Amino acid sequence: MTKARLAVDIGGTFTDLVLEVGGRFLSTKLLTTPDAPERAVLEGARTILAQAGIGAGDLALVIHGTTLATNALIERKGARTALVTTQGFRDSLEIAYEHRFEQYDLYMERPPPLVERPWRYEVPERIAADGDVLLAMDDDAVARIGAELAARGAEAVALCFLHAYQNDAHERRARDILARFVAPELIAISSEVCPEIREYDRASTTVANAYVLPLMERYLGRLEAGLRALGSTAPLLLMMSSGGICTVETARRFPIRLVESGPAGGAILAKLIAAASGIDRALAFDMGGTTAKITLIDDMQPQQARHFEIARAARFVKGSGIPVRIPVIDMVEIGAGGGSIARVDGLSRITVGPDSAGSAPGPACYARGGTMPTVTDADVVLDWIDPARFAGGQIALDAQAATRAVNATVATPLAMDARAAAHGITEIVTETMASAARVHAVENGKETAGRTMIAFGGAAPLHAARMAQKLGIHRVLIPVGAGVGSAHGFLGAPIAYEVVRTRLMPLSAFDAPAVNTIFTAMRAEAEAVVRLGAPSTALTDMRTGFMRYRGQGHEVPVTLPAGPYGAEGAAQLRAAFEAAYHALYGRIIPKLEIEVLTWTLALSEAHALPARVAAAPPAAAPRPTGTRSITDPGSGARVDAAIHDRTALPPGSRIAGPAIIVEAETSTLIPSGWHAGPDASGHIIIERAAP
Amino acid sequence: MIPEITIQVLWNRLLSVVEEQAQTLVRTAFSTAAREAGDISAGVFDIAGRMLAQAVTGTPGHINSMARSVVHFLEAFPAETLRDGDILITNDPWKGTGHLFDLTVVTPIFLDGRAVALFASTTHVVDIGGLGVSAEGRQIYHEGLYIPLMHLARQGVINEDLLNIVRANVREPVQVVGDIYALIACNEMGGKRLTAMMREFALPDLHELGEQIITRSRRAMADVIAKLPQGSWSTAMTIDGFEAPITLAATLTIAGDRVLVDYTGTSGLSGYAINCPLCYTDAYTAFGVKAALAPWIPNNTGTLDAVIVTAPENTIVNAPHPAAVYARSVIGHMLPDVVYGCLDQAMPETVPAEGTSSLWNLTLVAGHGLTDTGGSATRAYTVTTFHSGGAGARPTQDGLSATPFPSGVRNVPVEITEAITPLVVWRKELRANSGGAGRTRGGLGQHMEIASRDGAFGIQARFERADYPARGRAGGGPGALGKLSLGTGAALRTKGLQRIPAGDRLVVEMPGGGGRGAAFARDPALVSRDVLFGLIDHAAAEAEYGVILHADGSPDLAATASRRG
Repeated sequence: MTKARLAVDIGGTFTDLVLEVGGRFLSTKLLTTPDAPERAVLEGARTILAQAGIGAGDLALVIHGTTLATNALIERKGARTALVTTQGFRDSLEIAYEHRFEQYDLYMERPPPLVERPWRYEVPERIAADGDVLLAMDDDAVARIGAELAARGAEAVALCFLHAYQNDAHERRARDILARFVAPELIAISSEVCPEIREYDRASTTVANAYVLPLMERYLGRLEAGLRALGSTAPLLLMMSSGGICTVETARRFPIRLVESGPAGGAILAKLIAAASGIDRALAFDMGGTTAKITLIDDMQPQQARHFEIARAARFVKGSGIPVRIPVIDMVEIGAGGGSIARVDGLSRITVGPDSAGSAPGPACYARGGTMPTVTDADVVLDWIDPARFAGGQIALDAQAATRAVNATVATPLAMDARAAAHGITEIVTETMASAARVHAVENGKETAGRTMIAFGGAAPLHAARMAQKLGIHRVLIPVGAGVGSAHGFLGAPIAYEVVRTRLMPLSAFDAPAVNTIFTAMRAEAEAVVRLGAPSTALTDMRTGFMRYRGQGHEVPVTLPAGPYGAEGAAQLRAAFEAAYHALYGRIIPKLEIEVLTWTLALSEAHALPARVAAAPPAAAPRPTGTRSITDPGSGARVDAAIHDRTALPPGSRIAGPAIIVEAETSTLIPSGWHAGPDASGHIIIERAAP
Repeated sequence: MIPEITIQVLWNRLLSVVEEQAQTLVRTAFSTAAREAGDISAGVFDIAGRMLAQAVTGTPGHINSMARSVVHFLEAFPAETLRDGDILITNDPWKGTGHLFDLTVVTPIFLDGRAVALFASTTHVVDIGGLGVSAEGRQIYHEGLYIPLMHLARQGVINEDLLNIVRANVREPVQVVGDIYALIACNEMGGKRLTAMMREFALPDLHELGEQIITRSRRAMADVIAKLPQGSWSTAMTIDGFEAPITLAATLTIAGDRVLVDYTGTSGLSGYAINCPLCYTDAYTAFGVKAALAPWIPNNTGTLDAVIVTAPENTIVNAPHPAAVYARSVIGHMLPDVVYGCLDQAMPETVPAEGTSSLWNLTLVAGHGLTDTGGSATRAYTVTTFHSGGAGARPTQDGLSATPFPSGVRNVPVEITEAITPLVVWRKELRANSGGAGRTRGGLGQHMEIASRDGAFGIQARFERADYPARGRAGGGPGALGKLSLGTGAALRTKGLQRIPAGDRLVVEMPGGGGRGAAFARDPALVSRDVLFGLIDHAAAEAEYGVILHADGSPDLAATASRRG
């Protein structure tokens, strides 16, 4: 019998499971059990295995993503953590960037550091930028700190010394000394977690890692035991924010790499669809109940970054959270979803979000006590949602409550009728998301226009086409089974690991042997991790240099040619940098010195992308099951929309907007001037009619 | 007529367009001021020169100043004389944004052959020649290259003569010319997005949209101001100054739908480069007023018109040509504190106490003529890192420690500075007991110690709050004074180039912010926490706050009550 693969995604509200067995996919959804998250996982596993008629022993692989670490950081429910740092620098974690993230807010507060001052310890020691020891470490002082930590009951320790990315001798020796007092697996050192220049970011990452160490250690232990008790002998692999997966051993040491794994799964799904559909330039758009996320995918590769912020104090405001430097899929997150609340500001402007009605009380139309109008309420007022068929008919919506909420908060203050106000709400929310997407693209030297949008998440199918229009996008793909997208994506993720080193090197003094040594060491470190999960498969590595013109403060990620490098290395790196810089900024600056600050190596299983699916031959569309008067998203005029059942539309058929394609979990809105139909894989393709 | 919903969408879109314009500039600019401090601005104007939208960037110094500079450009080069492909430039401190380091570039945008808008952007360049990053200039002529309002390009052809003059006059020609191209590129990006928007919505021009934005914003500001108490309030604040203390005096009047701020009574000019042109005074004053009254209203001509700033000529806040103005931020950054001295009387329990306000940036140098006379044998470098003392206490919150206000700069990591210079920072921590006492405490300053692995080095000092502290409000105490000294003990001056001999350390003690409310009214639990955290010591807890602590650090409430009386 074919071995099965199980993917599990624990989100804030739901735990999603997808089982792949013999090319067939089964899925199920349970409420998350926050007190013991493994409970929902194990219960869901039992259910889905029973549905498939197989036992846990038939599992070949379990791939898991969880928000547990993220939630612990957001809710401040991690370990009692101590920070041990270079003398004179214990406040670095608190002083952060010496910055106000809200220029106009007199009452702004920065989030308090994860480790407060009485738990931050200093050691006399000092290493210089070039790795020289300026002051030898006082080992006795470290031992005294260790004894005190043990006496005070520290649950985890982060060690971060200045320039440890350049010379880790003091950090390693300090760890050895502290390990006499504290369990060694609960000590995180910056030269391992994040050997990258910039002391605050490195300390912040190391502290966040230590903060969730004990919690993740306990959880992964319970989950492994639970799976074994079910009868599974399959390896457990963890989804990382980078879109790669790693073994439990790695996850236990570096749990910080597991944050944002759910959204990463969504981006991986979009990548797989892009490959199967032959989409070179895609924009993944995931709109759920509270947030929308946008990722750019070029040449089947989601955009990567090395910087992420957890637990932003002012939601969605850059710079208000805990910075961590880990490999992540780069996405912009906006407080815009079906539950986002609409209001009118002092300038008589409609604003939507970033706060959300969530699932309790939920939108006014849920009739669970919500009185504020949300995007979903606007969708109901515009007749985009059939109140009787929402979420497969599980939640009967109260259309009058939606109208009342829109009237009271938006329509009446603006002297409009409810439909005009509701149209305003949807226009503003799509405009807000489109603006964020454009700014994100320009920050990366890219454009949104001309891409194909891959839209998933509960709220996306209603708003995708209008949003596409605002971004100059003429083609939208709504995948099959968009509701459990992240877990689906896990099944397509490769075993992968990325490592980083900082070594400042001007190209004028390019030292090829030194660079080759760095990459050899990085490859060995990454391989040791990847081989745990992929003992014999072929591996591919990608080298990136974070480069800049001398004098600049931000680096540009540059994909480097494969090594080893020889005498022509400097010229190759210069050419690669200039090509990347030109792509970002449209020009290069001749005669200015170029330098590399940081180097990364990403090692991954050589995963074949899905083969391109052939186009479906044209097919006739069945007659609509009915018509409904709706507000057209573009013009705001009332139009008669044809209603189609998704399951009744054969691949290759086309229908013209205005129309609504309904299915169990969601509805897809086709505006006037667009047409749509399923492709050979069953994904709905919405295209703008030739203007 | 544009439908209501469309107007709202277009307004949002314009704000997004200028945000994209600004991002393009931030990411391509060279100077640390632009990059780390966001010391740039970007905005879109109608062809009458009215600003319709401005990006929210790091520092407020360009708020009104860039808006007014476009009017100066249009006076010199009327809209009907501009051609597609023309680009204008200046760094005139009085018609731009206050000093020669700020280049402003204005680009007219054409749709179907008609000028429909102007994009303007400003950035602080790495160097502009002259004395460079020194406040010791005596006249504008010492401060570098002065570019009057002129064409940078005519119909797409760049003025190479101007670029050659720039290259010949600045220390980092490649980077400065690179910044000029960054300004050109960001305006182009804005123009491209704007014309796409106008085509999408079939807008022939921006008249109606502009009118709606400005009218609505003006009305919103008027509504806010009308609810405030009407009247006039005066205040004065003394700061160290360069060669002599300076009094900054202001009268703030709330009258109908306008706020007027007049600086009559303020000291005269300095013989050094801390003089502030009126445009920069205007910017920081308007920022202070708006942050307190209506932070949520976007900046445009409608909102800027609501705050009117005046000052007698030849005061330090209205410095005319040929005064030296390079370090005008020393004065500009103090102005919100003065505005709040007035507003605190009109609107109690709203504004913060005085803070460090003026930045404690460390401009560290070495080189022939500066630190020794070794000629080419001396390793030369100039590095500026941005740092801040404590901010003022808020009505219900302590002041932020080591955080800039009103400026919006970010620091540069110690490891980065050490990687590119021979400098070693031995200490960078919060400075205990530096926050002004009060019911809410002032923010703490920082204590830094710096040495060089090489030889002697210097610091270009221009620090404030070393003689006159940030004062508290409503009975709160002052923040600690700032100090500059050598590790071996000798005090250094806080103005001008100071030399740190080889082997010695520079010790920088940054000021704290003022407190708010009576210190004896502070919650003893917070005082106990401050002692536990080492932010204040036991002696201060008792002497300044009247809080007696048990041996375990918790407050002895009975003893505290009797001590407080």
